[in-house]
Amino acid sequence: MTQVKLERLCDAQPGERFRITKINIEGTMKRRLLDLGFVPGCEVTVLQKSPLGDPTAYRVSHTTIALRNEESSNIYGERIRDDKQS
Amino acid sequence: MDATVPPNPFDELLKEAQHLSGDDTREQIVSAIFQTSQAICKETVTYTKQEKLHETEKLDRIFTSKIWGFPIMLAMLAVVIYITIAGANVPSSLLAEFFGWLEGYITLAFEKMHAPEWLYGILVLGLYRGTTWVVSVMLPPMAIFFPIFALLENYGYLPRVAFNMDRLFKKSGAHGKQSLTMAMGFGCNAAAIMSTRIIESPRERMLAILTNNFVPCNGRWPTLILLASLFMAAGYTGGWKTLMTASVVVAMVVFGIVVTLTVSWVLSKTALRGVPTHYTLELPPYRRPKIWDTIVRSTLDKSVYVLKRAVTVAAPAGVLTWVLANIHIGDTTVLAYIAHLLDPFARQLGLDGYILMAFILGLPANEIVLPILLMGYLSTGALTEVDGLRSLKQIFIDHGWTWLTALNMMLFSLLHYPCGTTLINIYKETKSKKWTFVAFALPTGIAIAVTFTTAHIAQWLRFI
Amino acid sequence: MTNNHEYTIALAGNPNTGKSTLFNVLTGLRQHTGNWPGKTVVHAEGFFTYKDEQYRIIDLPGTYSLYSNSADEEVARDFIIFAKPDVTLVVLDATALERNLNLALQVLEMTDRVIVCLNLMDEAKKKGIIIDIAKLSKKLGVPVVPISARNKEGIDELLETIARMVHGEIQTKPTKISYSRTIEEKIAKLLPLVKEVIGDEYPARWIALRLLDGDTSLLHALQSQPHHLLKGGAHYGCHCSAKSI
Ligand SMILES: Nc1nc2c(ncn2[C@@H]2O[C@H](COP(=O)(O)OP(=O)(O)OP(=O)(O)O)[C@@H](O)[C@H]2O)c(=O)[nH]1
Ligand SMILES: [Mg+2]
Repeated sequence: MTQVKLERLCDAQPGERFRITKINIEGTMKRRLLDLGFVPGCEVTVLQKSPLGDPTAYRVSHTTIALRNEESSNIYGERIRDDKQS
Repeated sequence: MDATVPPNPFDELLKEAQHLSGDDTREQIVSAIFQTSQAICKETVTYTKQEKLHETEKLDRIFTSKIWGFPIMLAMLAVVIYITIAGANVPSSLLAEFFGWLEGYITLAFEKMHAPEWLYGILVLGLYRGTTWVVSVMLPPMAIFFPIFALLENYGYLPRVAFNMDRLFKKSGAHGKQSLTMAMGFGCNAAAIMSTRIIESPRERMLAILTNNFVPCNGRWPTLILLASLFMAAGYTGGWKTLMTASVVVAMVVFGIVVTLTVSWVLSKTALRGVPTHYTLELPPYRRPKIWDTIVRSTLDKSVYVLKRAVTVAAPAGVLTWVLANIHIGDTTVLAYIAHLLDPFARQLGLDGYILMAFILGLPANEIVLPILLMGYLSTGALTEVDGLRSLKQIFIDHGWTWLTALNMMLFSLLHYPCGTTLINIYKETKSKKWTFVAFALPTGIAIAVTFTTAHIAQWLRFI
Repeated sequence: MTNNHEYTIALAGNPNTGKSTLFNVLTGLRQHTGNWPGKTVVHAEGFFTYKDEQYRIIDLPGTYSLYSNSADEEVARDFIIFAKPDVTLVVLDATALERNLNLALQVLEMTDRVIVCLNLMDEAKKKGIIIDIAKLSKKLGVPVVPISARNKEGIDELLETIARMVHGEIQTKPTKISYSRTIEEKIAKLLPLVKEVIGDEYPARWIALRLLDGDTSLLHALQSQPHHLLKGGAHYGCHCSAKSI
C-alpha cells in the first residue's frame, strides 16, 4: 500500500469525490457525523458551497448534508481524482 | 427501598464497561452497522435511472448559487407577499360588507326586543364589531399567505434558506437552524418558540427564543399590509400600489432579520457569550407537494385558527374596549384618559396615546391592536362601520396621522414585545422568569429606541 | 386496565421520512408536516381502531440514530426500551435506504417486534429506484411493508401486518450485526454481568454494546426506572397490557 498524504475534506472542490479515512473531531459532533454516513472508508461527493462561501453541501449515502468549515476541515481522507464521474 | 442492596451493582457494571471500552468503539460500532446496511442495500436496491437521482442537486445549483441564492430568496418572499396583498383585497371588503349587512339585522332585532342601550353597546358595538373586524381584516390575507407558504415548506425550500443564511447566523453567534425557527415565526411566534427545540445548545436556543418576535407573525402581517397600503403606497394605483405595498412589507421583514442578527450578535458578545456550536443540516430532496391537498388543508387550518383567535381574544377585547370607552370620569372616558396620559411619551416615538394604548391592551394578541385603536379613535368607543379603506384612512388622518406615524406604528408592531401566548410559551420552555422578562423587555426597548430615532430624525430633517 | 385491551405502536425513523404523515393517515389527526428535518418537536399520540381493536400510536421525533447524542434521541430510545410498544414501526425513506437502514438495524438490536415501513415508494419509483422487498425482509428478519403515506398506498397491508404482529402471528428473527472481533469479545465479557444486574427484562446484548460505547445516560435511565428491582423477572411495562399489574 502506498502511503498517501491525507487531505482535508474542506479542500476538495465542488464536483470532486473524497474518501474518508479519519475524523479528527471529538464528542457528540463526531457521533453525529458517523450517524450521517461520514464513516471512514465511505465516499462523499462535494456538491456546492453556500452563496456566502460556507457551509458546503456534500452527498453522502444518497443524502445531502451541509457541513461548516469547522467540521469539514477536520475530516481527512483522499480526493478521488478520476474526472469521469457520473 | 434499596436499603438492602449492597454496593450499587450499576456502578460496578459501569466501571467494568469503562474498563473494557476503547477510544474508537463508537467508530467501530457505527462502521459495522454501516457495512451491514451497505451490504443489504447492494443486494436489494437497484438504480435504473441514474439521471433522475441528481435532479435535486441540479435545482440546488440554482436555488443556492452564489449569484441567484439570495435574489431568489428575496423574490420568493416578495411574490408571496404580493399575491397575499393582491388577493386579499376583494374578499376583505366583501366580508366587511357582509358583516355590515348582518349588523343591520342584528340591530333591528335588538330594537324589536327593546334591549337596553348598554347591552346593545357591549354586544354589538363592542363584541360583534371587534370580532368581525378581526375576521374580515385577518382572515383573507392569512388564508392566502399560509397555503403558499405551506407549498414552499412542503416542496423543501426552507432548508435551503437555512443553508444560504447559515454564514450570517454563524457570524452573529447564533445557530444556523434559527432561520427555520424564524420561518415558523411567520406563522405564529408562539408555535415558533416550541420549534426552537430543534436547536440543541441552550445558549443558541435562547437566542432564537429572544429574537423570534422580530419576524412578523400572523397577527401582525395584516397590520403591516394595511398601513403600508394606506400610507406608503398612497400615490399609486392598481398593480403599482400593490407592488409598492409589497415592497414596504418586504423591507419590514428584511429589517426584522437585520435586527435579529444584530441582537443575536450583541447578545453573544454579552449576556449569552459563547461560540456557535457545530451542527449539520440535511437538505432533503425537493418533493412536489400535493398541491390541492396542501392548499385546502392549510387554508382550513389557518381559517379555523383565525376564527378561534377572533372569538377568544378579539371578542373580549372588543367588550373591554367598549366598556372603557363608555365609563366616564368627569367629562372624559377612561379610555381617553389613559390615552391622554400616554400621549406625551408616545409623541416622542412618533405615535400617539391611543396607538400606545392599543399596543398595551393588545398584549394578549397582536390581532386586536388595530381594532382597539379604531375603537379608541371613534368618540363613541365603538368601531364604526368602516366602509372601505378610504374612510379608514380618513379616520387616521383626522387624528393627525402622517406617513411617519404609519411607519412608526409598523416598526413598533414589528419590534415590540411578543404577545401574551408567546410569553407564556417562552416561560414554559425556558422555565425562567428572568428570561421571560428579558424576552419582553428587550424587544420593547428596541422598539422604543428605533421609533424614537426615526421620529426624531424625521423631525430634525424637516427643520433643516 | 380492564378488558379493553389497547395496543401501543411507536413510530421511529430518520427525520423527514413521513412519520407524521403516516400518523395522520392512521389516526385522522392533523399533525403538522413539512419537508424539512425536525418538523416534529413535541411527540404526539393518537388512537385508531382496526378490526374492532384499539391501538395507541406515538409519533416520536425523527432521529438519525438511537445512541444518546441528543435529547430527542434519548426520548425515542427510552420509549422503545422502557415503554415496550407492542410494535415499533420503523419508517424508512425508500430513496435513501442505505442511511435509513442504520436506524432500522439499531432498532432491531433493541426489540424483535418491529415492522419496517418503506415510505416514499412513489418518490423511489419516480427516481427509478427498485427495491426487492421480499429479499430485504428476509435479510432483516422482520416484515417489510412498502407504503406511500401521502397517497395512502399500502396502508391496508400495513394495518394487517400490525394486527398479525400484535397477535403473535408473525415470527421475527431480527438480523444480528456482527461486530469486529475485539468488540464481540468485549461484549462476551460484559454480557454475564449485564444479565446479572439488569435481568432479562431488557435486551442484554444491546445494553452491553451501549455501555461499551460509554453511554452512561442509558444506565441512569435504567436505574431510575422505578419498578426496576435488580432481580428482574417481573414484567412491567408502561403500556396498559393485561399483563401489567
Ligand atoms: N411523495 C411523497 N411525499 C411524502 C410521503 N410521505 C410524506 N411525504 C412528504 O414528506 C415530507 C415529510 O413528512 P413528515 O410527515 O413531516 O415527516 P416526519 O418523519 O414526521 O419528519 P420529522 O417530524 O422532521 O421527523 C412532507 O413534505 C410530506 O408531505 C409519500 O408517501 N410520498
Ligand atoms: Mg414529524
